Amino acid sequence: MRAERIAELLTDLPPAPEPWVRAAQELPRARREIERLVAHARADAELSAALAADPEVALRRAGLEPAPCVVAALRARLEG
Amino acid sequence: MAGPPSDAELIARCRAGDDAAWALLVERFARYVHAILTRVYRLAPRVAEDTFHEVFARVYEQLPKLRDDAAFRPWLAQLTRRLAIDALRAAARERPDDGELIEYLDIAADDAITELEQALTVRAALWDLPDHCADVLDRFFARDESYATIGAALGIPAGTIASRISRCLERVRSILEGRSATPAPSGGR
Repeated sequence: MRAERIAELLTDLPPAPEPWVRAAQELPRARREIERLVAHARADAELSAALAADPEVALRRAGLEPAPCVVAALRARLEG
Repeated sequence: MAGPPSDAELIARCRAGDDAAWALLVERFARYVHAILTRVYRLAPRVAEDTFHEVFARVYEQLPKLRDDAAFRPWLAQLTRRLAIDALRAAARERPDDGELIEYLDIAADDAITELEQALTVRAALWDLPDHCADVLDRFFARDESYATIGAALGIPAGTIASRISRCLERVRSILEGRSATPAPSGGR
């Protein structure tokens, strides 16, 4: 492969936005934290209401970035 | 010294609950997924962000069921394409004229994704370069930084950067030639 072609291919993959990457990397921890929050919410009506009313705030309080997939996962667990 | 893990090794570690392996898998493929969403399917930034997260959420959920770990890359490309098309179709419900555009983008996607796969192979060759070489190439070509910015960030005279780039490209070329003689594990970072 010519050096010019290598250069061209290197330009094809610019970095993804850093916050997107970080949120995706945190998925395993986020899933565990969601399970913990949901388990607590089952025993705590106030927490359950807070989670349902504003999941983003609840996730931030738990130290998690409320990326759309994390919020969606939390909502799905609360509804499930 | 052991090189970076293959995709299959990383996936096995992810299945075993290794968060560091998951972080590396995301780092390795984030650019690829991002490029498919934004350059191939031209999703708007907000839609691309949601879809990017959806792709990795599905990967995380479906990794335990993946049958052939060595085929991770095509599986990921297919998953990303499917979710990109879903996102475009959802948007097209509000703009029916976009139907033809979606069809056109999906037909053109085959060639574009083949190009991105080659780009991943080239990026994988950067793993075998000294850090300063990989960094200068990434900054100049992928991050589109100027000589002045690169020089300031790496503490090297801006006037030497063009020759460094040229030498480093030559090293990548040699690595790729070596790999084409002996197939290496797939993956991109």
